[in-house]
Amino acid sequence: MKRRTVLTTVAVAAAIGLSACGGGSDPLASEAPTDTGTAAAGGSIVVGGADFSESTLLAEIYAGALRAKGVDATTKTNIGSREVYLRALEDNSVQVFPEYTGALAVYYDKEFTGTDPDEVYAHVQEVVPDTLAVLEKSAAEDVDSLAVTEETARTRGLTTIEDLAGPAGDLTIAAQPEFKERQQGAIGLEEVYGVTFGTIRPLTGQAVVQALVNGQADVANVFSTDPAIAANNLVVLEDTKKVFGSQNIIPLVRADKVDQVQDTLNAVSAKLTTEAITQMLKQTDIDKQDPKAVAEEFLTSNGLA
Amino acid sequence: MIASLLDWFLDPANWSGEDGIPARLFEHLWYSALAVGLGLVVALPLGLWVGHSGRGRWVVSVANSARAVPTLGLLFAVALWVGPAFRGDLAYLVPSTLVLVLLALPPLLAGTYAGVEAVDPAARDAAQGVGMTGWQVLRQVELPCALPLLLSGVRTAVLQVVATTTIAALIGLGGLGRYLIDGIALGDYPRAAGGALLVALLAVVLEGMLALLQRKVVSPGLSGRAVGRSRNDDDAGTGKETAQEPVDLRAPA
Repeated sequence: MKRRTVLTTVAVAAAIGLSACGGGSDPLASEAPTDTGTAAAGGSIVVGGADFSESTLLAEIYAGALRAKGVDATTKTNIGSREVYLRALEDNSVQVFPEYTGALAVYYDKEFTGTDPDEVYAHVQEVVPDTLAVLEKSAAEDVDSLAVTEETARTRGLTTIEDLAGPAGDLTIAAQPEFKERQQGAIGLEEVYGVTFGTIRPLTGQAVVQALVNGQADVANVFSTDPAIAANNLVVLEDTKKVFGSQNIIPLVRADKVDQVQDTLNAVSAKLTTEAITQMLKQTDIDKQDPKAVAEEFLTSNGLA
Repeated sequence: MIASLLDWFLDPANWSGEDGIPARLFEHLWYSALAVGLGLVVALPLGLWVGHSGRGRWVVSVANSARAVPTLGLLFAVALWVGPAFRGDLAYLVPSTLVLVLLALPPLLAGTYAGVEAVDPAARDAAQGVGMTGWQVLRQVELPCALPLLLSGVRTAVLQVVATTTIAALIGLGGLGRYLIDGIALGDYPRAAGGALLVALLAVVLEGMLALLQRKVVSPGLSGRAVGRSRNDDDAGTGKETAQEPVDLRAPA
């Protein structure tokens, strides 16, 4: 917790600094990045991770694969939400970040409504700023989803998000604080499905699933790879109109680091599957194993390290 | 940064609805008042009893050592532990109130106890001498005399609780902390800064109001203001000096 606060503070300070000296028009675009010395042959790489366990795991996998190829790679995880960590990439405090095609595409193009995996991937390559680049997409997909308990699904007759349109007004949803104001969240659900929840309970991390399991929320916004779904017999409501889109895992890297990392990370993406990630997350979240150790095991067994 | 912060405060959308500043401010005050109120219910009788009887001083020591407990860590622990036992809002309100009460208790208890104990023994003696019962001594002499210290305990507690109530937003409640948490989650820094500023302003305003209240309710004889005022009143009446020049009896004639 303390570490996250510190990192967030750093990101906040960095963002304030940036906006103070003239705004978001990429000041680093053509100039060499403000590298703090030691930029030997490509230099060291910091792989960032957002504030959820899958992002931490992916960061460890990327960093482990890079280290196996002789790159001086470290991780900086728990940075925060997309709004925060993209600034960390732009100010060069991290160089590689595990991302998701759909969420990233919508972040840069609020109007984008594509849902086909290839269409979304093609679009995301177009809309990222010139300072950043996306590498090849993996088959692994982690899409936001709405989950309910088995009992709620039965008593309310819920199988898809469409079924929520009627009862949603009486229901409480537990979701991350940013859910309320995102297109791939409350806004999209209301526009596309006409689903407006009675109460949105902003929570983070495992507290989201806990609220659902303890009966303090009726619906929870969880990731499709979350091992808690299987562990608690939760029912994931089908996103028939694809509000949450396609969310293939992609490495987002700084444009000036592409040559250094792309072969290695593309090889990793080729081996990643949704099942593999769910399995690894069960090890880190439920069996409480060290993400770094789990990542290394994956890399070794797939001949990547 | 300053400009966008100003924009945030001037945006009418931020002043209405359940996310609006008035609603969040009300929530914040409600959580804080609940915590300080419950703290007083516990600390006032306990502190008066310890001060009056001189027994159970260890209670104050224990409460003071509780100041070392990290509020944030305790909040998550309590939310995990007692949260599941409650439904709806209570699952979050109970843990956050519990933690805030624990934060309010040490200054409240210390202020009450120290106030009563610091009462001039001569005043207590005189009260007993004119035949007051223990209860009357406590109510009519010790409590009024203890007010300055007691109220400064209340002020400390209010200040700490109002500033810390922001953490309620971490476990899904409202209050001004919502702006901080949501602002950081969305990268909306004017909102986060606005929330922080509002909390600080609220704390300062409440502190000022309590300071005024303290002037009103503390007996002038205790605060030393009575002496100054009566002299001035004498002078103010006629506009010229009516009293004799003070004579320093220690000085040689």
